[in-house]
Amino acid sequence: MSEIHRDVEFGAGTTDETFDLEQEPETKKIEGRTPWQLARARLRRDRLSMIALTVATIVVVMAILAPILDLLGVLKPNDFNPELIDPALGGYPRGAFGGMSWTHPLGVEPGTGRDTLSRVVLGLTFSLIVAISATLIAVVVGTVLGLISGFLGHWADWSISRLADMVLAFPVTLMLLALSGMFIDIIGKVVPNDNVATGIYIVFVLGFFGWPTFARIIRGQVLSMREREFIEAARSLGASNRRIYFKELLPNLWAPILVYGTLVLPAYVSAEAALSFLGVGIKPPTPTLGNILANSVNYASSVPIFFLVPGLAIATVVLSFNLLGDGLRDALDPKADR
Amino acid sequence: MFAYIVRRVAAGMVMILAMSLVTMLLFFASPADPARYTCGKNCTPQLLEQNRKALGYDQPVLSYWVDFTKGIFVGSEFPKDPALKKSAPETIADCPAPCLGYSPQSSRPVRDIIVEKLPVSASLAIAAFIMWMIAGVGLGIVAALRKGSIVDRAIVGSALVFYAFPTFFIGLGLYVFLALKWGIVPVPAYTSIADGGVGLWLQGLFLPALTLALVYIAGYIRLTRAFVLEVKGEDYLRTAQAKGLTSGRILFKHTLRGALTPIATVAGLDLGGLLGGTIITEQVFNYDGLGRTAVMAATTYDLPVTVGIVLVAATFVITANIVVDVLYAVIDPRVKYS
Repeated sequence: MSEIHRDVEFGAGTTDETFDLEQEPETKKIEGRTPWQLARARLRRDRLSMIALTVATIVVVMAILAPILDLLGVLKPNDFNPELIDPALGGYPRGAFGGMSWTHPLGVEPGTGRDTLSRVVLGLTFSLIVAISATLIAVVVGTVLGLISGFLGHWADWSISRLADMVLAFPVTLMLLALSGMFIDIIGKVVPNDNVATGIYIVFVLGFFGWPTFARIIRGQVLSMREREFIEAARSLGASNRRIYFKELLPNLWAPILVYGTLVLPAYVSAEAALSFLGVGIKPPTPTLGNILANSVNYASSVPIFFLVPGLAIATVVLSFNLLGDGLRDALDPKADR
Repeated sequence: MFAYIVRRVAAGMVMILAMSLVTMLLFFASPADPARYTCGKNCTPQLLEQNRKALGYDQPVLSYWVDFTKGIFVGSEFPKDPALKKSAPETIADCPAPCLGYSPQSSRPVRDIIVEKLPVSASLAIAAFIMWMIAGVGLGIVAALRKGSIVDRAIVGSALVFYAFPTFFIGLGLYVFLALKWGIVPVPAYTSIADGGVGLWLQGLFLPALTLALVYIAGYIRLTRAFVLEVKGEDYLRTAQAKGLTSGRILFKHTLRGALTPIATVAGLDLGGLLGGTIITEQVFNYDGLGRTAVMAATTYDLPVTVGIVLVAATFVITANIVVDVLYAVIDPRVKYS
C-alpha cells in the first residue's frame, strides 16, 4: 500500500492508473475470504443446519416476545378457566385432545384450565434464561481458567487441572439436590422471591459444575496456539500478557467457545427439566418447560396430549440447538473442505 | 507401567479424600442444623444436643473430617463416647473398617446401606450398558457402511430425537404406556437374582435399562459411525482390500479394531458414571438403588449417607478413568506411559 501511495503522491502515472492501483487490494479482498466468511458460506450450504438455525432463531424470538405478549394480555398463562375442565372426571379438560380449540390451540391444563400454549411459550422464556445464564457462567469461568491453565503452565496448570478433575468426579445431580435446601435459603435472604432464589441457585450450580469441560477445551487450544508464530511475534514485540490473552488468543478461541456453548445450552434446558421433576426446580405459577412437563407427568395416561406438548417443546429446543452446534462445528472446522 | 498405575491410584485416593472434605464443608457451611433432622416431632433440646454430639456435628469441620478419614482405615464407633461405652455398651454401634459413617436417620452404618443398594444400581447400569453397546455400536456400523443412504439417515436421525427428550419423559412414557396402559411389558420392579432368579431379575430390569440405553445410544451410534468412517480412509484398510481379504474379515479384524478403541474409552467412563446410581431413572421406576437413597438422604439432611454415596460414585468415576487409561495402553500398542 505505502509503495503505491508514494508513487501516487509523486505524481507517477495517470489518474486511470491510480484508480487501478487503488482497486487492486479491493479485488484481492473479495477473493481471499476471512475464516468467518468461509464458515458462514459452509453453514449456508448445509441444509439441516440451516433448518436448525431457523428453528433455534424462532425459539429465541418467541422466548423474547413471550413476556411482552404476556404483559399485553395476548398470552394468558395464569388465567384459570374452570368452565373448560370437568370436575366429574377429576378435573380433566372437556372435549377431545386435552381441550384443544381455536382459543386454546394446545389444550388446557387439567385441574386449572390454564392455557397450555401460553404456559409453554412463557415457560420457554424462563427455561432459556436459566440455560443461557448457566452457559455464560460455565463459558466465562471455563475460558478464564483454561486460558490461565494453558498459558501459565506449571503449578497453575496443575492445580486448575486437578480442580477440574475433582469437579468432574462429583455426581452433579446429587450435589444439586443435596445442596438445594441450604443454598436456596442463603440466596433467599438476599433476594425476596423464592423462585428467583431457586433460579439463581440452579444457574450457579449448573455453571459451577459445567466449567471444567470448557476449561479443558480452551486449555488444549491454548497449548497448541502458544507455540505458534503469531504469539511469539507478539511477545518479541514486547506485548504484555494481558494483550496476548485478549488481543491475540481470545479472538482465536471464539469458534470452539461458540460451538460448545451451543451444545451445552440444550443440556441445561434438559437439566432444568430434570430438577423440576426431582422437586427442586422453579415452582409454578411461574412456568418453565421443566415444571410444566414435571406436572404433566401425572396426566401421562389420562391426558396424553398434555404430557406430549411440553415434552415435544423441550425436544424441539434441544434438538435444534444440538444440530446447530454440530453444524457450526463442521462449518468452523478449517479442514472441512478437504 | 506399574509405577504409572500406582501414581494414578494414589492421586485418585487423595482426590476422593479431598472430595469428602469439600462435601462436608458445604454441609457445615449451611445455616440448617443437620441434627434437627435426627429426632422426630417430640425433640427436646437435650436430645438434640446429645444427638449433635454423638454424630460429631458439634466439632469443627476439619476434625469431623479427620474422624471420618480415620474411620475408613481403622473403623469407628457411634456415638464416640468412652463413658457411655462403659455404662451402656449395648447403645454403641460398632462400625468396623472401612467405616463410612453412621446414618442417624436409619440407625445403620452407611456401609451397610450402600452394600444393600449397590447391586440394584449396578444391575441397572450394566444391563443398560450391554443394551446400548450392542445396539449403539451395531447401528453405528450399519450407518457407516451405508453412509448417506436412507438407512444411515434414519438411524442417526432417530438417535438424535431420542437424545433430545429428557430422561424422565422417555422413562415415564415407556412406563405409563408400555407397562401400565397397554400391558405389553410387565410392570417393572426390581427382584434380585437371589429372590426371583435370573428371569425375574431381567424382566424387572428391562424397562429402566431400556430408558437409560435410549438416552445413551445416540452418542454411541454417532461415535461408532464417525470412527468407522475415519478408519475406512486409512491406508492399512486399502492394503487389506488389496490382499483380497473378504469384506467380513476386513470389517471385524481391521476396521473395528481401530474404530472401537476410542469407543471403549467413552464406554468405560459412562459405565463408571452410572454405577454410582442413576437418580432420575431410579426415581421414575421406583427402584431402590443408590440414586434414590441419595435423593432421600439429601432431602432429609442425612449427611453421612450423602457423603458416603458421593464418595462411592466418585470412586467409580475415578476408577473408570484409571482403568480406561490403562486399558487404552493395552489395546493400542502406540500408547505408552512412562
